[in-house]
Amino acid sequence: MKRRTVLTGLGGIAASAMVRPAAAATVGVTKTEIKIGNTIPYSGNASSYGVIGKADAAYFQMINDQGGINGRKINFITLDDGYAPAKTVEQVRRLVEQDEVALLFNSLGTANNTAIHKYMNTKKVPQLFVSTGADKWGDPKGFPWTMGWQPSYRTEAQIYAKAILENYAGKKCALIYQNDDFGKDYLGGLQDALGKDFEKHFTKLITYEATDPTVDSQVVALKDSGAEVMVSAAIPKFSAQIIRKAYDIGWKPVHYMSNVSASVGATINPAGPEKAVGVITSAYQKDPTDPEWANDPGMNEWRAFMKKYIPDGDLADGGYSFGFGVSMTMVQVLKQCGDDLSRENIMKQAANIKRLDVPVLLPGVYVSTTPDNFHPIRQMQLTRWTGKTYERFGKVIDAT
Amino acid sequence: MHAHITRFGPLLFIVLAAVLPLAFASGYQLFQLTLVVAYALSVLGLNLVTGYNGQVSLGHGAFYAVGAYVTAIMMDRWDVPYWATLPVSAVVCAVFGFLLGMPALRLGGVYLALTTFALAVAVPQLLKYKLIDGWTGGVQGITIIKPDAPYDLPLTSDQWVYLFSLAVGVLMFALASNLVHGRIGRAMVAIRDQPIAAEAMGIDIARFKTLTFATSAMFTGIGGSLAAIAVQFVSPDSFTVALSVTFFVGMVIGGAASIWGAVFGALFIEFVPNIADHLSKAAPGAIYGVILIAFMFLAPGGIASLLRRWFARLAVK
Repeated sequence: MKRRTVLTGLGGIAASAMVRPAAAATVGVTKTEIKIGNTIPYSGNASSYGVIGKADAAYFQMINDQGGINGRKINFITLDDGYAPAKTVEQVRRLVEQDEVALLFNSLGTANNTAIHKYMNTKKVPQLFVSTGADKWGDPKGFPWTMGWQPSYRTEAQIYAKAILENYAGKKCALIYQNDDFGKDYLGGLQDALGKDFEKHFTKLITYEATDPTVDSQVVALKDSGAEVMVSAAIPKFSAQIIRKAYDIGWKPVHYMSNVSASVGATINPAGPEKAVGVITSAYQKDPTDPEWANDPGMNEWRAFMKKYIPDGDLADGGYSFGFGVSMTMVQVLKQCGDDLSRENIMKQAANIKRLDVPVLLPGVYVSTTPDNFHPIRQMQLTRWTGKTYERFGKVIDAT
Repeated sequence: MHAHITRFGPLLFIVLAAVLPLAFASGYQLFQLTLVVAYALSVLGLNLVTGYNGQVSLGHGAFYAVGAYVTAIMMDRWDVPYWATLPVSAVVCAVFGFLLGMPALRLGGVYLALTTFALAVAVPQLLKYKLIDGWTGGVQGITIIKPDAPYDLPLTSDQWVYLFSLAVGVLMFALASNLVHGRIGRAMVAIRDQPIAAEAMGIDIARFKTLTFATSAMFTGIGGSLAAIAVQFVSPDSFTVALSVTFFVGMVIGGAASIWGAVFGALFIEFVPNIADHLSKAAPGAIYGVILIAFMFLAPGGIASLLRRWFARLAVK
């Protein structure tokens, strides 16, 4: 009797293995559930990013309420890492080894994701749509299990280079960048887009250190180079200094500014709103506070979601719309997977998104990937500071 | 009864701490326990200087960072085996602590607390400084490779790193215990409680204070080294001000001026934030705060002193 039970059992396993060969490889997936892990700072200095995790969780709740994906509900486990890389490693190991999630989604922070980069790729667990702008997340050869989502700094720089070629070809250009990974991504992006002509266009390159007290002398040197176009790859504090100093010494170049510094509160106001007039940066998301989107069907879809699932959420906080968009991308990947939710297939489908229009992104900006291109969003539109607000202008520029 | 507990308690604890996790803990749990060992050493370091010697430090995260970076740089740039980095880390941190102990002589109480706090604030930025970023990797930090068990031992890398850390931890705790229970420990406490009387007794206050600072920094630095080996990654953002405050919390909650207190404090700072996160995503900080206050009410002298009172009561019965 016992033996027969065992034999029947074995036969059953063999049979099911023959019918569905991938079944054995579906960690974190059952007939009714897909387990997804996430880390984000809910506490500590960077806890303002926590809204993204809340939006992710709420979005998956909405999908579950609508019946899930192919009959499976999403079990979203999101853990606090306090923005500390050591804690990220700990939480991610818990998610992968103890909770046995199918994949890690939208973990936040450049240092935090760097800390788990090797681990995820050694373990072959998808590390999808991480929230950081570094370019290294799009490296399908070196790290085939990792992918970003938002346009990388490098993509952004490629877009500035295209704009410069189109509008200011032949003018002398200058670049000031922070001497680290972040700044060098911009240098790399400009070089990508301009190729061997890079040195012809950019006659002056200058760096600063994140620990420098000011960049005033660098700005003076840039002016003396006679450049008429300036690209600045700087964080808000230094962007404000660059804008103010250039204005004060009477230098008025066409100024392309890295969009991490687009914040009015952190950059424009400290520099002086009147001194920043004409500064150009870029955007890929619809700004929830922009009156242009007050009646936009896409943003209304997001607002309806907010009303139902995060009724106390601040509708001016772009973190919520970001979470909405990135979660929608995740759901698209899972839908594409069909019944084969092995990690290999999840990665394959993530690298095979055919133009997904996401309602919270600007018109003409969309998500698309290929096995060779792990940069899901590659279009941006330029915006210019008018003295009171940013105004988008020109067409959407595609970096590829 | 009581005598038995003090004599065999630690031994039993060490054996259980070595055997139980190997038998039952998953890789992830071993990783957590390895961090507990690292935190325990760091809290112990802080305890020596603050708990025993009365010099308040809010900057021990800085020594932890130095220890972690020494190990990471040596492993990454010079391919030094992980175990060989510990003595170097100990020496570097002790020297660093000694140098900081000098100005500390002139500052007392809250002023010293603020000075060490300034150190904790400065460290993440100093680590990005351009003159050393060839070594430190600047903002992007250093990724190191996890050591495997030697001699083909049938242990996973997590098990081995845990056992190795535990061995280092036990050794360091034994050293600290000897230190505080001997002549030097009595001098440290005397300086804390009655500096004038201590000086009258012939204790060289300046020398003891600076040496305590150096020893303290060494313990915390070794904690940082062990953490770096376990986490396999260091970056400036890993060592923010919050870390120094966390160690301070661990020391007070565990029990100031108590060797065992460091273990309880380390368990607290490792696991309680996870519990808080589990209870509420909206305000884990608030939950953590409530738990912290509850502990201060229930165990005012720290967990170690609470347990001591319980054991004393048991012994009387």
